[in-house]
Amino acid sequence: MVIVGAGVVGAACAYYCAAAGLRVTVIERGAIGGGTTAACEGNILLSDKEAGPELELALLSSRKWAELAEELGGSSLEYESKGGVVVAASPETAEGLAKLTVEQRNAGIDAIDVPGPDMFDLEPNLAPGVASGAFYPQDSQVQPMLATAQLLRRAVQRGATVLTNTEVVGFVRARDGALNGVRTTSSSMPTVHAKWVVNAAGTWSGQLADLAAAAVPILPRKGFILVTEPLPRVIRHKVYTAEYVANVASSDEGLQTSVVVEGTRAGTVLIGASRERVGFDRSVSLPVLRTLAAQAIAVFPFLSEVALLRSYLGFRPYCPDHLPVIGPDPRAQGLIHACGHEGAGIGLSTGTGALVAQSIVGDALDLDLTPFRPDRFEETKAS
Amino acid sequence: MNDTAFQFHFDDQQISAEPGQTVAAALIAGGHLWWRRTRVHDRPRGLFCGIGVCFDCLVTINDRPNRRACLVEAQPGDQVSTQLGAGRAHLAN
Repeated sequence: MVIVGAGVVGAACAYYCAAAGLRVTVIERGAIGGGTTAACEGNILLSDKEAGPELELALLSSRKWAELAEELGGSSLEYESKGGVVVAASPETAEGLAKLTVEQRNAGIDAIDVPGPDMFDLEPNLAPGVASGAFYPQDSQVQPMLATAQLLRRAVQRGATVLTNTEVVGFVRARDGALNGVRTTSSSMPTVHAKWVVNAAGTWSGQLADLAAAAVPILPRKGFILVTEPLPRVIRHKVYTAEYVANVASSDEGLQTSVVVEGTRAGTVLIGASRERVGFDRSVSLPVLRTLAAQAIAVFPFLSEVALLRSYLGFRPYCPDHLPVIGPDPRAQGLIHACGHEGAGIGLSTGTGALVAQSIVGDALDLDLTPFRPDRFEETKAS
Repeated sequence: MNDTAFQFHFDDQQISAEPGQTVAAALIAGGHLWWRRTRVHDRPRGLFCGIGVCFDCLVTINDRPNRRACLVEAQPGDQVSTQLGAGRAHLAN
């Protein structure tokens, strides 16, 4: 089998497929983890999910990450189950958050309501006057590039091959029309034959799917992240405002920012995350960076004294219904999608990889793939 | 020495500097090779690249940590202090 893309999703697919005994070739256009995986925060979140299929996938993936941390060693992934803290600044937001946590508990998330004054036990440096909050002990984090490399390394130990700086430019088809491999830009391996091709090309998955005439509507959503100078342990959890959950689920095209602040093992604090639908425009927008910084300072006032070292941006692959695309494509025999995870790709990668391996091997699926089926967008178009 | 030379404080010592001289240059001229200890392994650090790129020469100047000693011009009366770790121990709680 061929996996196109060596981001975290491709790496997770390679890991689970190699573990299932499949002969895996990973083909990556650039460098390992060089796309969206290198431009994110490494979040494994349940706290920002609402009940539904994405939450089911997140719960499955969260368990898989914990298993991986056991198997590969937590420190080799910089896996930290640090927990998430959501801050409601105003009574109105607090009311919305309280409703959300009830739904989340019913859906299987460990969501603990925290009265305003107790929030300072969790995060002593918070701005005064917090109305209330919630604590999510299951939220965790990995260093995304490191985790991707470790997953691939394990796959290679189990016989997988990884080709970097090699682009897939087309598909090879058998007489019956089924996909039978890929054509590449590599002079030494211009074609790679395979019974299964996994589309794990991230934000560029739509382009790959077009080559197989099996369109999936995946588009880029731009997001900036700010990096502070290294600090001592001043922020203990992943901390964000209650407005974040609303924005994650939003389909507005304009700029949205809702701040997410967290420390890293290296000591830098990451401040995300803006959301803009402006195509693959890599230009830096100072007003967006300023807005993020101001929102972070509103949550943690001490940050006003702290210098930013840099910012970075990435393109999150999103679908119109905000669900990923996972599973065999009935329009192109042999094509399996594993893409469209938007801003949750690190978190959702492990469950996705396991489901792809199960689909190929024919094992019982951990989850029903119907909500993620690749041809669902055509049905909406027709109706 | 130039007659406009002035002094600044480095921990409990006085360091001589000339107008336009960077903190790093003045510290080295004063016989100091390091003015920071690293966050993880507590190792001494001083000037490395000398041109503002490597962030090795970080030091606390007038209570502001993480100033690049190779870029900041010394000012009369500056209080320069050895930076321990991230230099913001007061924030940790």
